[in-house]
Amino acid sequence: MSAPLLQVQGLVTEFGTRDGAVRAVNGVSFDLAEGEVLGLVGESGSGKSVTGFSILGLIDPPGRIAAGSIRFEGRELVGAPPEALRRLRGHRIAMIFQDPMMTLNPVLRVDTQMVEAILAHERIPRAQALERCAEALHRVGIASPGERLAQYPHQFSGGMRQRVAIAIALLNRPSLIIADEPTTALDVTVQGQILYEMQQLVRDAGTALIWITHDLAVVAGLAERIAVMYAGRVVEQGSVDAVLDAPLHPYTRGLLDSVPANNPPGIALRQIPGMTPALAQLPPGCAFAPRCSQAAADCSREPAVQRIGAREVRCIRPLQVTAPAAHSSGEARP
Amino acid sequence: MSPWARFRADFAASRLALFGLIVLTLILVVALIAPWIAPQNPYDLGKLDLMDARLPPGSAAMDGGLVYRLGTDGQGRDMVSAILYGLRVSLLVGAASGLIAMVIGGGLGIVAAYLGGRFEQVLMRIVDIQLGFPAILVALILIATLGKGVDKVIIALITVQWAYYARTARSAALSERNKEYMDAARGLGLGRASIVLRHLLPNALPPLIVVGTVQIAHAIALEATLSFLGLGLPTTEPSLGLLISNGYEFMLSGKYWISVYPGIALLLTILSINLVGDQLRDVLNPRLAK
Repeated sequence: MSAPLLQVQGLVTEFGTRDGAVRAVNGVSFDLAEGEVLGLVGESGSGKSVTGFSILGLIDPPGRIAAGSIRFEGRELVGAPPEALRRLRGHRIAMIFQDPMMTLNPVLRVDTQMVEAILAHERIPRAQALERCAEALHRVGIASPGERLAQYPHQFSGGMRQRVAIAIALLNRPSLIIADEPTTALDVTVQGQILYEMQQLVRDAGTALIWITHDLAVVAGLAERIAVMYAGRVVEQGSVDAVLDAPLHPYTRGLLDSVPANNPPGIALRQIPGMTPALAQLPPGCAFAPRCSQAAADCSREPAVQRIGAREVRCIRPLQVTAPAAHSSGEARP
Repeated sequence: MSPWARFRADFAASRLALFGLIVLTLILVVALIAPWIAPQNPYDLGKLDLMDARLPPGSAAMDGGLVYRLGTDGQGRDMVSAILYGLRVSLLVGAASGLIAMVIGGGLGIVAAYLGGRFEQVLMRIVDIQLGFPAILVALILIATLGKGVDKVIIALITVQWAYYARTARSAALSERNKEYMDAARGLGLGRASIVLRHLLPNALPPLIVVGTVQIAHAIALEATLSFLGLGLPTTEPSLGLLISNGYEFMLSGKYWISVYPGIALLLTILSINLVGDQLRDVLNPRLAK
């Protein structure tokens, strides 16, 4: 097997606060092969977005990458000069953001913003860049791209804007796209369409994709592999089917159980008791232990990563692989 | 509806603002074409006749050439011409100092918001100190050290005004900076300069424009104050403030026109700019948008 496209190892991203450094990302490791789709799942504040921003080199002070390594296409990104990172951003690694209403500059026309994205990385004539923009809009299913290019973002609907954002991400044919909850702010129907199109697009272009989300159904339909994050750590990763059908970590189990579709109607929804811990005051040992139904005394020790087949889990008492799979998330779109 | 059409419609929604705009346009036009419409060149001392000094409005010149519609001042200057030329000076000084201060202050404020850190800290403390002094005091000290002249007055006015722009630009840019399109622009690999100039600046501009109109009115008033105190512009080229000052000593002897008419011109100018500025603020404020 050749070297992975992206290799994240022991990534630690800290934010300096008055109470000392808070580790938003605490020892995250994962690999991503070319053309692979990884679902990065977790609650708000679990560090999944910060992981994405760290890869792009977009962590601003007071934040900093304190330890670990990010290797992309064989190059180390941690500690790389800002100019090198800038040349990578939008060119080899593209990002799609959560809120399509805010992700385009409201005062610039769409063609201006798209052409700018090309010309930041290549010296080609404007007319040629415009042609490529029209082509990109066409590819994401925007009709009459020529007219649309001359419009302002407010003349687009939310779904259309997210399509434009996706088109911009695809403009320079990156080998990796990091998508930070790009469908969360959209209607469910539009969400389904965009997911489907996105899947086609990355498959056609052979682009690897990191899809950051809190929605397990989305991951089930889209990703090949899944990494579940909790309090800055990856607590479980493996193939989507294996993880969602038979989770090893109690947290993944809890997440699956709290999907409304997995609960019979009429009775109260199941939820994970307690709250996401504040990152500044993590309990010793396993951060999930205080909320965990399986927790025992030895959970106050730091759990190491266990490899079980092709899967990894960070738990001292992982659930049995043979545990009855009461359901699968196969009902997910598309 | 295009943004420009909506902007015009919103602006025209206030009759008063429309009135202000019309008056301001008129003032700008007459100031611009003053050399062609003024009955007399008030700066050409050879044309002035001391025999005509302090004539009341409506009097004819001694040599029978002109009718002084608004009277004459202590040097026998036609007040209509003096006011037209005075408007030119006042508007030039106000607009030039306002615009240059906007470029300097606005630029510094936006860069401070984008860079953050020590540069921002130091700059904003300088702004605080600058705004802690009364504008007129700083301007007086500067004029006293620099000397008289249009350029010196403009420099003094820029010095007292840039801080307002810097503060406004910084706060506007700070709120824009945290919006997602700024992250997106960085995610595209755009350079710093292009992010600041093409993404941050245009979005931080509306509040700057509003402050700009108000500050130009301030600058005109401040210039008039300086001239009134005899510190601004040379007496051979009177601005409105200097005209008011020239007539001041004759006020109590009933020769009101030398001060009052330039005063009305100054008042109308500042009032119309403020009316336009107020409406701009309402129209450009997203919170009040309908």
